[in-house]
Amino acid sequence: MEVYLFYIVATITVVSGVYLIFEKNPVFGALYLIQTMVSIAVLYILLEAQFVAAVQIIVYAGAIMVLFLFVIMLLNLDIKEEAKNALPFQRIPAILMGIALFTVIGIVIKSKLMQGKHDQYTTAYVNSMGNTKLIGNLLFTEYLLPFEITSILLFVAAIGAIMLAKRKL
Amino acid sequence: MITITHYLILSAILFTLGVVGVLIRRNAIIIFMCIELMLNAVNLSFVAFAHYLNSMQGQLFVFFTMTVAAAEAAVGLAIIVAVFRNKETVNIDDINIMKW
Repeated sequence: MEVYLFYIVATITVVSGVYLIFEKNPVFGALYLIQTMVSIAVLYILLEAQFVAAVQIIVYAGAIMVLFLFVIMLLNLDIKEEAKNALPFQRIPAILMGIALFTVIGIVIKSKLMQGKHDQYTTAYVNSMGNTKLIGNLLFTEYLLPFEITSILLFVAAIGAIMLAKRKL
Repeated sequence: MITITHYLILSAILFTLGVVGVLIRRNAIIIFMCIELMLNAVNLSFVAFAHYLNSMQGQLFVFFTMTVAAAEAAVGLAIIVAVFRNKETVNIDDINIMKW
């Protein structure tokens, strides 16, 4: 069951990713990206990361993609605009280099170079406590400093966005 | 049986799609969406590693990555809107004043 679910969801993810990079209309591209993100959220649930899956849907598929769609609607882009491509010969080499990059990453994955230290958080242990509660505990004890720095980052980003949106730069 | 290799290969495919999208597209917003796709691919491998190593750190890193992605999307889209207001285009071939 889990195997079939993985293959179905993985196929949907890859297909909508391919549609994203070849889609002419940016609105449809954004919708394909939303589909990709929702599929990745399903994969997170398969990996027993329920909190991350919920955050993926709320933050990525919700907030960030709504921001993208909002900007696309705001700019009212001409679909034909991309037809005047200054580097038409870049397309084929880019795809070939993509295949080469995938081969390199694949070799690294296959060559068992990546080995990590096993930790104590087995599935049974996480389920006895709850995924969200465990993340919250770690976030407010061991990872408190990165968490606080994150708040400063969001603050700076908000100020930056407001400054860039000013009429006279 | 689904192993970590399956997830890492899927993550590699998604990352490659993002790279190819950045290289072949000329619309700044689509390029930006491809960058988000790459971030998602890396997040997926983080969670896969966290699951198969019985660790929690991967999920915490994904949390921080999402925060950075949200900040990046806000600032990046503000830059795109500012560029569009000045040049009336988001085609990156026309936005080359910093090239030379």
